[in-house]
Amino acid sequence: MFEPKIVVFACNWCTYAAVDLAGTSRISYPPNVRVIRVMCSGRVDPQFVLEAFKNGADGVIVAGCHPPVDCHYTNGNIKALRRFTLFRRLLNDLGIEQERFRLEWISASEADKWVKVVSEMVEDVRKLGPFKPKLGVKEV
Amino acid sequence: MSERVKVAFYWCASCGGCEEAVVDLAEKILDVINLVDIVFWPVAMDFKLEDVERMPDNSITVSFINGGIRLSEHEKVVKLLRQKSKLVVAFGACSSWGGIPGLANLYTREEILERAYLTTPTTHNPDKIIPGSKTEVEIDNTKIEVPVFLASLKPLDEVIDVDYYIPGCPPTPNVTWKALETLLSGNLPSKGSVLGASDRSLCDECPLNKTKPENVLIKEFKRIVNFNPEPNKCLLVQGLPCLGPVTRGGCGALCVNANMPCTGCFGPLSDVRDYGGKAISYLASILDLDNEEDIKRELSKIIDATGLVYKYYLPKSALKGKVGGSKS
Repeated sequence: MFEPKIVVFACNWCTYAAVDLAGTSRISYPPNVRVIRVMCSGRVDPQFVLEAFKNGADGVIVAGCHPPVDCHYTNGNIKALRRFTLFRRLLNDLGIEQERFRLEWISASEADKWVKVVSEMVEDVRKLGPFKPKLGVKEV
Repeated sequence: MSERVKVAFYWCASCGGCEEAVVDLAEKILDVINLVDIVFWPVAMDFKLEDVERMPDNSITVSFINGGIRLSEHEKVVKLLRQKSKLVVAFGACSSWGGIPGLANLYTREEILERAYLTTPTTHNPDKIIPGSKTEVEIDNTKIEVPVFLASLKPLDEVIDVDYYIPGCPPTPNVTWKALETLLSGNLPSKGSVLGASDRSLCDECPLNKTKPENVLIKEFKRIVNFNPEPNKCLLVQGLPCLGPVTRGGCGALCVNANMPCTGCFGPLSDVRDYGGKAISYLASILDLDNEEDIKRELSKIIDATGLVYKYYLPKSALKGKVGGSKS
């Protein structure tokens, strides 16, 4: 069976703590995720997501604190919301299915939400199959 | 007696504007001709490809190549020029990153051919003739092979090794002249350098920069087609998506001086990996709205976000073009 590779950019203060909580609470979730800890979802440049897809990710999650007020840095999550709202249109034009990219808000106590998001994402992307760019392959 | 500098110019998938830009040097072109021998320039002088084939390897001092690589013929000629040249310079946006013809990477080869040969309103093609992967034509007992239209457009450095880049759509005379001076000085910068342009963003040299606050924050996006910006005031502050902050300077802010926002033809600064990703990041972050619905509404006013941020850069971007899905 195809096992998707999912890259997660998780904010240090909320989502990463939720990932930790899922671990310490011994909740199991699909092992398809590669979690990259960043200080804030507002730190995640759309270039990172493009690089992840370029380097073989089948799906990408950017996750941070709940808007409007949970952000450790006041409004980093709002900046992420603005960026990835526009960025989604770029992904759509490039023919990347919307299930391959998610922007999620997961607080430090929401280990269950983390597990739900990851499980859904893995199943959605598994149905889509591997992300294989058409371009960049050898010409006829 | 030292040997004279030999220069070649060639065009691939381009509009011809880069060739115009060389002529735009105006009377300075006479200085250029005094300094160099032009050994190959199909657009302006009568040379045949066989003339280049007969030249010894590395005998051309520098080849300036503009346009992206779209046809098998382009591949063939640039590989030949690489073999015959000491230095190869990607001249202009198309050659450096794909340029406007590179936007065709949002469509497959089949979609492009169908549009161009069958469905445009002005096309009359009752026999539905479309170029095949190999097309041979016989004229007066001579077989001619039509070049193959490749699956996608590639920047020059994905086909051959490139020494330097001159940005712009087209490179301005000033930038072209500065780049020529650098190349002729013999004091060559490190390989891969961008010649003739600035190492700072366009805002740094923009005459409107003094009216740009430390933190640009706007409440709405406007379009230049239905908005007449105030002169002498930063276009970004007025709500126009100007790409100056993420674009390399060196053009002298020509567009902004004509009250038009920068569209990014000088490409990314050296620390940027993907121009489009950076531009999206910048444009979205100056929007000073917190509510999801407001954000969606204002961002929807940016028509064709992909065309805006990848106008000159799509084939060089991380994903190089449309990577999946069907027709859009």
